[in-house]
Amino acid sequence: MKLGNKWLAAALGSLVFSGAALGADTQLSALFMAQAAYSEQDIEQMTEAFEAANPGTDVKLEFVPYEALHDKIVLSHNAADGYDVVLFDVIWPAEFARYGLLENVSDKIDSTTKGKILEGAWSTVEYDGQYYGMPWIVDTKYLFYNEAMLKKAGIDSPPATWGELVQQAKTLKEKGVVEYPLVWSWSQSEAVICDYTTLLSAMGGEFLDDKKNPVFHSGGGLKALEYMVDSIKAGLTNPNSREYSEEDVRRTFSSGQAAFALNWTYMYSLANNPEESSVAGQVRIAPALGEADISKASAVNGSMGLGIPVNSKHKDLAWKYIQHLTSMPVQEDFARLSLPVWKASYDNPEIAKGQEELLVAAKVGLAAMYPRPTKASYQEMSAALQLAIQNALLGNQSPEDALREAAETVANLD
Amino acid sequence: MTQMSKTTVAWYLLAPMMIIIVGVAGYPLIKTVYFSFTAAHLVSPDTSDQWVGLTNFLKALGNAKFRSSIGNTVYFVVFSVSAEILLGVLVALLLNQEFHGRTLLRALVILPLALPTVVNAMMWRLIYGPDFGALNALLTQVGLLAEYRSWLGDPSSALTMVALADIWKNFPLVALITLAALQTISRDHLEAALLDGANAWQRFWHVVFPAIVAPVSVALVLRTIEAFKVFDIIYVMTRGGPASSTKTVSFHVYQEAFAYMRVGSGASYALIVVLISAALIAVYLKLLQRQGETA
Repeated sequence: MKLGNKWLAAALGSLVFSGAALGADTQLSALFMAQAAYSEQDIEQMTEAFEAANPGTDVKLEFVPYEALHDKIVLSHNAADGYDVVLFDVIWPAEFARYGLLENVSDKIDSTTKGKILEGAWSTVEYDGQYYGMPWIVDTKYLFYNEAMLKKAGIDSPPATWGELVQQAKTLKEKGVVEYPLVWSWSQSEAVICDYTTLLSAMGGEFLDDKKNPVFHSGGGLKALEYMVDSIKAGLTNPNSREYSEEDVRRTFSSGQAAFALNWTYMYSLANNPEESSVAGQVRIAPALGEADISKASAVNGSMGLGIPVNSKHKDLAWKYIQHLTSMPVQEDFARLSLPVWKASYDNPEIAKGQEELLVAAKVGLAAMYPRPTKASYQEMSAALQLAIQNALLGNQSPEDALREAAETVANLD
Repeated sequence: MTQMSKTTVAWYLLAPMMIIIVGVAGYPLIKTVYFSFTAAHLVSPDTSDQWVGLTNFLKALGNAKFRSSIGNTVYFVVFSVSAEILLGVLVALLLNQEFHGRTLLRALVILPLALPTVVNAMMWRLIYGPDFGALNALLTQVGLLAEYRSWLGDPSSALTMVALADIWKNFPLVALITLAALQTISRDHLEAALLDGANAWQRFWHVVFPAIVAPVSVALVLRTIEAFKVFDIIYVMTRGGPASSTKTVSFHVYQEAFAYMRVGSGASYALIVVLISAALIAVYLKLLQRQGETA
């Protein structure tokens, strides 16, 4: 069987060659998201600077939609060539800590650094007193409004409470300025939870009580959902909001089809950019509103951090890369789509230039950031809430029934 | 060098393929069956040998959300596959006629098939867009629709609209297979039937249909298996929304195994799906066999 042996040898040979790594560069592989906050271009430029400063280092960047980020991180855990650096959301550290997915970097963070970064940002990477990465994106949802539309309807100043916002929206609709004054990201995804959390915090609600039992189906949590449903019923909220993500909100608002929108920081610069928006120059930003006698402002903690998966083979280099991306100079250079995590940056006139209003809103908003529950089974809790909220928004169930059902599901999660 | 028997040579030649099939399909299948009886967790070690018996299956069948996703899947399969077969056969019959530009049209009809599913899904998402979508523009301009509507945001239409996007992409496969079969029908048979005074329907039912029934049933089985597994088009177009009205079983399996990391339970969901689609295919084949014999 000479022939057979030759074939076998050839096959094995090709396997060996294709498996051999050529080139001596150290390759880091990093996972980011392709929406909101820093643009892909921003991250590529930050990375080029890192590669230039560290010869022999090659960083491979991968961008996925936010909705795929969690599953990518989890699935890559057992992969032979997993990631060295991953971007993770504020709602995941509980789960990641429980299953040991991310490196505990508590001893790499000194107390001086701790004091220089916003407290709200730290909560993004912390669970049970331990740190699982560095905060990188500090973000919350702000209220955007179209000043020109408000003026056209004879409204002199923006609303101060969610109640006032409904009144102004009614005026805008009655005067025919815009058919649907409000637009939101209420598709069945995490985006709707962020909007709901903002309203829940304004109405003084809570997700879980001290014993981790669900309480969002009463008080402020119920009021928040009723507010959402009522705004659709009254024709004030664009009904398509029920299938919108943040990018859809930006498109609708930027094309002049809404007077009010709730969205992340990144929309401020894009909605005022004439290349991206037909209402550039009319867009103003404010902290998300409070509610009379309950709160002054509202905000959801939508921050994100950078961490190192435990199976990374280049942990030191990965940490160096994270330190570069989160450093004050780099963050200040790219402060148009995402604001720095460093306290001092907020007093830097260079950062404020051209976006003074955003920084004023950020001071209030970032201080009011309300957390979504820290729960290892958060993904399932969120899915149950998303379904309940959508059922109420579509009129399949009353807000009360929908939330009660979700609370029953959540009560059974560990 | 000794002379090898034909059988030995055949086995040697088949061996590489067999190894690949066993490695790529056989091993994961056995592993999935095994996992479905355990409490296996995606990232916790030492969970894959925690035997739990039938617990996963009982929980799956008791899960109302999973049952409703079975309903969604069956609707999707029945609607999209029957439309694909109907449209595919009709288009094949047309393309089998002689007319000017037939070759060009035959090439064009394959185009949707060549499109990656994700691209197709993005394209239809744009077409269905509630504010700027082409479908709304078309229907309002010809007067069929009074005002723009949200096709994917309405639970009563979302799944049907996703199925239509799937039909557009996949009916060419049926058309292609049927067309190939149509070309094997001898002209003499059709002419003989014509001389005997058979009308168009009779010619189709008694001459054409028996000739294409076998290839069409292959297409039917292929499409049913694929439609049962539908995931990517839904992941891109609706992510299961609104209010879970487009959540199919594959989406459920994905969520259970990868988002909630319960691999054991996810495997049991997956096996239930396999059993249902196997049963459906068996019924199909039985029916078609009978049809082919009696026609």
